[in-house]
Amino acid sequence: MISINSLTKRFGEHVAVDNLSFDVKPGEVLGFLGPNGAGKSTTMKMLTGFLTPDGGSASVCGFDVQSQILQAQQQMGYLPEGAPCYGDMRVKGFLEFIAAIRGFSGAEKHKRVARAVEQVELQSVLGQRIETLSKGFKRRVGLAQAILHDPQVLILDEPTDGLDPNQKHHVRHLIQQLAEGSNKIVVISTHILEEVSAVCSRAVIIGHGRLLADGTPEELEARSRYHQAVTLTLSQSVDAVDTQALQQLPGVLAVESQRDGQQLTVLAKPGEVIFPAVGQLAREQQWQVAELSVERGRLDDVFRGLTSGEAA
Amino acid sequence: MNNLGVIFKRELGSYFATPLAYIFIVIFLVLSALFTFDLGGFYTAGQADLNAFFSFHSWLYLFLVPALAMRLWAEERKSGTIELLMTLPVSRVDMVLGKFLAAWVFVGIALLLTFPIVITVNYLGNPDNGAIFTGYIGSWLLAGGYLAIGSCMSAATKNQVIAFILSVVVCFIFIAAGIPMVLDFFSTWAPQWLVDAIASFSFQVRFSALSHGVLELRDLLYFLSLMAGWLFATAIVIDLKKAD
Repeated sequence: MISINSLTKRFGEHVAVDNLSFDVKPGEVLGFLGPNGAGKSTTMKMLTGFLTPDGGSASVCGFDVQSQILQAQQQMGYLPEGAPCYGDMRVKGFLEFIAAIRGFSGAEKHKRVARAVEQVELQSVLGQRIETLSKGFKRRVGLAQAILHDPQVLILDEPTDGLDPNQKHHVRHLIQQLAEGSNKIVVISTHILEEVSAVCSRAVIIGHGRLLADGTPEELEARSRYHQAVTLTLSQSVDAVDTQALQQLPGVLAVESQRDGQQLTVLAKPGEVIFPAVGQLAREQQWQVAELSVERGRLDDVFRGLTSGEAA
Repeated sequence: MNNLGVIFKRELGSYFATPLAYIFIVIFLVLSALFTFDLGGFYTAGQADLNAFFSFHSWLYLFLVPALAMRLWAEERKSGTIELLMTLPVSRVDMVLGKFLAAWVFVGIALLLTFPIVITVNYLGNPDNGAIFTGYIGSWLLAGGYLAIGSCMSAATKNQVIAFILSVVVCFIFIAAGIPMVLDFFSTWAPQWLVDAIASFSFQVRFSALSHGVLELRDLLYFLSLMAGWLFATAIVIDLKKAD
C-alpha cells in the first residue's frame, strides 16, 4: 500500500510536484505517465527517500517516508532513472553487495543473488565489470538489484527507456511476471504509452506536478475521441464513397479521411456504438472494404490532450 | 551497524579495483622516502629516531590525502549512484562512517608499508620503538583529520577537481595555523589567548607532539573530535546537496 497525500516539492521557484495525492493498492501495476518534467521522477524520489518533500506526506506499507524512511526502504525495490550502478564493480560483486545491505548473508545471500540473476538473465556477464556492459545489461543489473529482496513495492523509473524492442519486451514480460498473482505493488514511470496498455492495471497521468487523470488504461482510452471509432480501409478511392451517408448515420460524430485517400475513420458520439451501422451501410452501398475495425481509443491521443491542455 | 561493515568492505575493495590504490601507495612511499632521506637528512642527523620521517607527513598528506578523499562523494554524485545508495536502507551514519573508515584504513595500509624504515633505524641504532609507534599513531590520526575534511569537501561538489582544491585549501589553513610566521602575525596585535587558540587548532602543533612520541589524551581528543566534527558536517552537506 502506497499512500500519497498533498505531496509537494519545489526547486527554487519551480514547483515540480504540486499537491499530488493518490493511493496505490496491493496487486496494482501502476503506470505513472506524464511528459518530461511533469514530476514523475521527483515523486518517485520522494517515495524512495532520496528527496525530502516540501509539503504533504507519503507512506509505503504504513511507513512514513520522512520519519520511518529506513523501514520504508526495506519494503521497496527501486530502479532509479538510468539505472546507476557502481561501474568499477563486477556484476556478481555488486549484487552480493546489495544482498548484504538487504541483510542477507551466507547461503541465503547466494540463493538470492542466483535467483535475481536468473530472473533477469545475467548469467553470461556475472564476472564482467558493470562499466563494460551494454545499456540493456546495465538496466538488467539495475532491475536485479531492485528485485533481489523480493520487495512488496517495486518502483521503476523508466525501466525500458533506451532499450531495443527485444529488451523492452523482455523487461515488460519480467514486470508482468513479478506482478502476476501476487499482492505486490509495481509503479512504473514511462512516457511510452503502449507500455501502459501492455503491463499496467492502472494509469495515472500527471502534468506540471498535478494529477490529470487516474483510471484503468481502458477507462482512459474511452476518453479518447477515437473510442468506438470505426476505421474503414478501402481498396478503392475514398472519393467513390458517399461520406454524406456515413455522416447521417445515427451516433456518428464526424468522418475523417486519412492515408492516401484509402482510409476513413468514422468517429462516434460519446457512448454510442456505431460499428454495426457502418458495416451495414458499407454492404448496402457495396463499397470495396479491405478492412473494417473498431478502435478502443488512442491512449496517446488522450495523453496529448490532457498534457497539452487541449480537449481529447 | 551491520551495514557499516558492508559499506566499508565495498569502499575498501573499490580502491583496489582500479589502479588508484597502487598509484597512491607507490607515490606515498617514494615521496616519504625522498623527504626522509633527502630533505630530512635522516643519515646526517645521526640520531636513531624517525623525526625526519614524520616531520614531513603534514605536508605530504596535504596533497596526497585530498587526492584520495576527493572521490568519496563527488564520484557518487557524478555517476548518480548516490541515488542508489541513499535509497537503500542504510543510515547516514553508516554511509558517512563506512566510506570514511575505508579511506582511513587504506591510508593506514599505505603507512604500514613504510615499515622498512623502522627496520632500517633499528638496524642502525637503538631507537625508542615506543616513540616510533606513537609517531605512527599520530600520523594516522593526522591523515584521518585530513580525510574528514576531504570527505566534507567532496560531499559539497560533483567535481572531483574542485573537491581536491577545496580540501587542500582547508587543510592548509589547519596547518598554517601553527606556523611561526602566521602566529607571529597574530601575536603583534591579537591577545595571547587568541594566538593560543589558533595554535591549538593547528595540525602542526598537535602532530609534532605525537611524532616525537608524546601521546597525550588532549591531542588524541583533538584529532578524534576534529574528525567527528567534519564527518557530521559531511552528513549535513550530503542532505543539503544530494540532488543538485
